[in-house]
Amino acid sequence: MSDTHVDTHVDGNALAGDLREIFAVDLTVATGQCSGCGYKGSVASLRVYQNAPGVVARCPACEEVVLRLVRGRDRAWLDLRGTVSLEIPLPS
Amino acid sequence: MAFGAPLSSTDTMPIVSPGFTGRRQSPDVQLPPGQYLAEDFPVLTAGPTPRVSTDRWQFTINTEAGQRYDWSWQQLIELPAEKITTDIHCVTKWSKLGTRWKGVSLDVLLEDVETAADFALVQSYGGYTTNLPLEDLIDGQAWIAYRYDGEELTPEHGGPARLLVPHLYFWKSAKWVRGIQLLLEDEPGFWESAGYHDYGDPWREQRYQGD
Repeated sequence: MSDTHVDTHVDGNALAGDLREIFAVDLTVATGQCSGCGYKGSVASLRVYQNAPGVVARCPACEEVVLRLVRGRDRAWLDLRGTVSLEIPLPS
Repeated sequence: MAFGAPLSSTDTMPIVSPGFTGRRQSPDVQLPPGQYLAEDFPVLTAGPTPRVSTDRWQFTINTEAGQRYDWSWQQLIELPAEKITTDIHCVTKWSKLGTRWKGVSLDVLLEDVETAADFALVQSYGGYTTNLPLEDLIDGQAWIAYRYDGEELTPEHGGPARLLVPHLYFWKSAKWVRGIQLLLEDEPGFWESAGYHDYGDPWREQRYQGD
């Protein structure tokens, strides 16, 4: 059990596959704003906890939950209440 | 993970005798639908593991009328405790049989609490929440557990104390428990508001909303 004393998060690039299933663009390069502390950063910079019933992404500044993604058999639930906005780069 | 699984490698051993595999292959083991048997104890977490010292640990029950009941760590462990041996079922599909816990029944903690509530929102250090009907916390169905397998409950598994409500999927057994808000209306918790079933009965396979 001693190996589990370390924090087990990975970075937001781990969200790429799950989010690509839902969105037509790569959201890891989008800039999100945390509703807890106002931090702005790329989705790739989030702290992602995957050993859970869903995927939980937390703000790297304040650790608040900014994104939750639960994958059911034929549905997904995306909870973004911790995110003020996502700024998504598009081709001009 | 492989190192934690007993007898996962048989490179240097002959065929493992049936006795060694215990209940894994026993035909009379009944698991809820869709579950498999885990020999280890997977650690699931939705965030950093809180480190709560027993010095500052406190358990609080708040009623719908605003009444507050508190217990310090010392007060908790001086209450009558029970030893519980129970099967547990995680919504991520592993089940673990015959887990051994020690803790205080919610019947003891709720004994003097005056409430008309039908629902409970369980709250944890670190911000996690989970909801369940109050009737699922009483009548010998739920405990504040502080020992596992004869030892102090480690932080990875929710120590110093976690809720244990084994007849529901294990996400309801909140780690790092710090209190219960009693409510007249149901209020969804962390996973229940993100697609998971409001009640979570493993025998009816209530994993997701609509199941």
